[in-house]
Amino acid sequence: MRVGVFICHCGSNIAGTVDVAKVAEEARKMPGVAYATAYMYTCSEPGQKEITDAIERDKLDRVVVAACSPRMHENTFRRTVMKAGLNRYFFEQANIREHVSWIGLDKELNTKKAIDEVRMAVEKVKRNKPLFSTSFKVNKRVLVLGGGVAGMQAAIDCADGGLEVIMVEKSPSIGGMMARLDKTFPTVDCSICILGPKMVDVAQHDLIKLHAYSEIAEIKGYVGNYQIKIRKKPTYVDWTKCTGCGLCMEKCPTKNAYDHFNFGAAPTRAINIPFPQAIPKKATIDPEFCRQFVKGKCGVCAKVCPTGAINYEMQEEIITEDVGAIITATGYGLMGIENFKEYGAGRYPDVITGIQYERFLNASGPTSGHIIRPSDHEEPKTIVFISCVGSRDKSLGVPYCSNFCCMYIAKQAILTKDHIPDSQSYVFYMDIRSPGKGYDEFTRRAQEEYGAKYIRGRVSRIYPKGKKMVVRGADTLLGTQVEIEADLVVLGNAVVSAEGAAQMAEKLHISYDTHGFYVESHPKLRPVETNTSGVYLAGACQGPKDIPASVGQGSAAAAKVLALFSKDMLESDPAIANVNINTCVGCLKCVKTCPFQAIVEDTLRNGKKVAKVIETVCAGCGVCTSTCPCGAIQLQHFTDNQLLAEVNAICQK
Amino acid sequence: MSEVASKELRIVGFLCNWCSYGGADTAGVGRFKQPTDLRIIRVPCSGRVDPMFVVRALITGADGVLVSGCHPRDCHYTDGNFYARRRLEMLKRLLPFLGIDGKRFHYTWVSASEGQRWQQVVTDFTKQVHTLGPMHQK
Amino acid sequence: MAEKEYAYFCGCSLEGTAKEYDESIRAVMKALGVGLVEPDDWSCCGSTPAHTVSHVLAAALAARNLSLVEKMNKDVLTTPCPSCLMAFKKAQHGMTGSEEFKVEVNELLDEPYNCGVESKSSLQIIYEDIGLDAIAAKVTHMMPDLKVAPYYGCILSRPPEIANFDDPENPVSMDNVLMAAGVEVADFAFKLECCGAAFGVPKREMVNQLSYKVLEMAVDAGANCIAVACPLCQQNLDLRQGQVNSTMGSRFNIPIIYFTQLMGLAFGMSPKELGMDKVFVSADKITRRITKAEYEKIKEEEAAAKKPQKAKKEAAAEETNN
Repeated sequence: MRVGVFICHCGSNIAGTVDVAKVAEEARKMPGVAYATAYMYTCSEPGQKEITDAIERDKLDRVVVAACSPRMHENTFRRTVMKAGLNRYFFEQANIREHVSWIGLDKELNTKKAIDEVRMAVEKVKRNKPLFSTSFKVNKRVLVLGGGVAGMQAAIDCADGGLEVIMVEKSPSIGGMMARLDKTFPTVDCSICILGPKMVDVAQHDLIKLHAYSEIAEIKGYVGNYQIKIRKKPTYVDWTKCTGCGLCMEKCPTKNAYDHFNFGAAPTRAINIPFPQAIPKKATIDPEFCRQFVKGKCGVCAKVCPTGAINYEMQEEIITEDVGAIITATGYGLMGIENFKEYGAGRYPDVITGIQYERFLNASGPTSGHIIRPSDHEEPKTIVFISCVGSRDKSLGVPYCSNFCCMYIAKQAILTKDHIPDSQSYVFYMDIRSPGKGYDEFTRRAQEEYGAKYIRGRVSRIYPKGKKMVVRGADTLLGTQVEIEADLVVLGNAVVSAEGAAQMAEKLHISYDTHGFYVESHPKLRPVETNTSGVYLAGACQGPKDIPASVGQGSAAAAKVLALFSKDMLESDPAIANVNINTCVGCLKCVKTCPFQAIVEDTLRNGKKVAKVIETVCAGCGVCTSTCPCGAIQLQHFTDNQLLAEVNAICQK
Repeated sequence: MSEVASKELRIVGFLCNWCSYGGADTAGVGRFKQPTDLRIIRVPCSGRVDPMFVVRALITGADGVLVSGCHPRDCHYTDGNFYARRRLEMLKRLLPFLGIDGKRFHYTWVSASEGQRWQQVVTDFTKQVHTLGPMHQK
Repeated sequence: MAEKEYAYFCGCSLEGTAKEYDESIRAVMKALGVGLVEPDDWSCCGSTPAHTVSHVLAAALAARNLSLVEKMNKDVLTTPCPSCLMAFKKAQHGMTGSEEFKVEVNELLDEPYNCGVESKSSLQIIYEDIGLDAIAAKVTHMMPDLKVAPYYGCILSRPPEIANFDDPENPVSMDNVLMAAGVEVADFAFKLECCGAAFGVPKREMVNQLSYKVLEMAVDAGANCIAVACPLCQQNLDLRQGQVNSTMGSRFNIPIIYFTQLMGLAFGMSPKELGMDKVFVSADKITRRITKAEYEKIKEEEAAAKKPQKAKKEAAAEETNN
């Protein structure tokens, strides 16, 4: 066996705190190593040529590169060794950057650790076996989760590229958060006017199949071959008959149902169509408030419906769709006002959230576009906006910036002046964050042209005084306390992950961070991929982001799916479990533990019962290998021998 | 310098490729300084960690073993980490019967985004192993 | 025999200006079956004057008392005074958080403190350990004229990581305790406002302004009494109420009563026993008491008078809907 070891300087990233020459020198002494060298940038073209040349010159049959994380460059180097005629699995990467040079300051200790890491990789690579991929067919349909602007963009782009798209939206209409907005920054474009055509595109595209008011019940399978179970929630209205005339909504006697679309800005009816441009424009009954469900009698909507669409007995329905890839665009949520005790925590009706205010501004909102105080329905004249409510506040578990509040508050201040010319807006801010194209100009306009008074400082308390709300805070630029008697207070409350985001991630087998936002494959270079191949991200499910960024990601995710589906066959990862039928005793413990039902019982010609791995289903976790009492089932590339060789390399040196 | 080096102990870490290995990468990218005693072995899933690996490491020369996987319910392979949790908890209770202090073995959950948590885990566990001292007299 | 027994640190204020707080707590605790034992030879808690000079010396003063509690084999110390409480909690927080600090403090003490005592305010003991049901069970009298603004002061619930009690920005413990005692409670927005604290001496004007705000808000909230849990708050709002009136041109005449005094009144104790005669603004007019039985009878009569009206209204509403 002839192993070649290549130590990367990575400029000064590694060489700065690791004596790379020493590591190479020590590597040369390791048994089986035929060649070892240190190179400035091993991943560069000449660096890779150094590897291929050495393979040829020194007749190397195994390669170890000690450099950055294999999560970064494993594929690069696997391709390199393949080019030189070796099996791609005859390569191991020792991580001496993220796990060594970047976390320790002591050069001597780092060098020692790097040598150990190289020794482990050498011992492992010596035991590597050649593995070969098999190819399998791809189901060229894509599932889009979420019908907000990011999901719609992804769906339209995929469908325009000729793919069949299944869109699942949990609420009764697509449109997401953007459909709730009155105007968009920094152009003050009418939000629904630019979103509406996209919604119609989704509804009318031949290749897009929409399941509204539906949720994901189960996801099975792997890239190229997913089986999705979709739970269609009962709407209690037969949507094939409903014409969206709205008569039921007009006549419904329950007038105090919570309006999910308007974020509770005003109550709605128990049967309702969320907004005039809704797609599909169909009615849904909210059984939490509907008298027929709560009291067991009413039936008004059934009586008035001209098409007889009401069905109080409707049950949920599970349907199955097969797809090859999934785009996750499940959006975000907003932190509840009850968290802000110092601002009244929802006890004062005239302290509302930004999205509620947006609905008041909107002509199709609960007040038909008139700004009112919820307490007495009077027009407010003094309006205070508070930014960073919950955001950048560790005590509420949200250390991050919510990204777009600065901008929408500036927009709302501008719109307020348009709606009520004799009004005065105040904005309490920590920093004005407006780094987008045309954004800073926009916040300046709010101040200079529309006279919004920006006060740099935090608000400590809001309390009622007669009909007014007193907002007390600090002006840190003047170094004084300020108290403003406001008619209405609007909180720019923090963006949080969508409700149920963690559970959704668990179904998708993708990672999420401590805040419930989904984790991309690489923060810079793979922003819409996840670590689960075949699952992509778009929009605010990955982190707070505004409309342009969400649309951009929607298109990016669609491009990734189109690229994936440009091949008819995909290559499988050959690092899967393999049964040695000579040592297998047929206890079938592995069959029970396999999370993917990838192992089945098989009978050999001599009648012996053994376990058998279904290659296309095995995902390569190795749970079976550590279950097997006789070591007969081995996860290839991570066999007991290979891992113990690494252990021995550390412990028995 | 060499005095410090001789004080370094041997700690073996088995890290899930999808979360903790990435978490250790994130810690590295963020330059979160850590003790240098740990040597990391990458596994596809914490469920791949055979308790025998841990015992073998401790018997043949390691002073401590750390296993880190994905947070429960957040497994790349649905429930590999649940198997890991059962096996490793059993192992932790078994170690004293082998004459090994249970504090020399630790299993935990660190996600790919939790670089800072990884730093904490490594620092705390290394400190714990150091208070126990070397397991094998040289 | 008391069912529960706590180490009790009354502190200097409760031996002097706030004697009625001490008296009422002892009376109420006794009624609730809770024993209070003072540590032998207790000394200054290390509050205001000490901690502005040196954190180590202040912590040492607090730790001295805490080590006395340890010697009594008690693991909980209760103190009615928020300043004492904060001194103890800060010492505990500092000493458990840093071994270095602990060593530094213990060097100053005859008997080292091993950090085995948790300090809790008397309000916390009453709210969490004794519980609202036990309080409600002891109520014999109602005060129908009384409407109270519960005023917590600044440091009972803050900073949250040290106080570790109730909601830091909207505490509700005193509200709930008083309601359990049958007292009507106003929705008071200034539960945590600054009363001016110890600036009464160096900056009287400022304290008057701050206290004025608290008093004004209580009156605006419809309260005719402010319930307090802090001797300093009580002093600023009660003793200085005349000063506030003369500087601010106001005419407040609102009694400032310890929440334990109100509990005692509800438990049927005599005003004298609770030190009601020691406050400056008399509460006699608003603390008219009737027995619980009488009160319930009145309520029943009121409800009976209202019932037919309500039934009629509901019937009418039903009709219009159909």
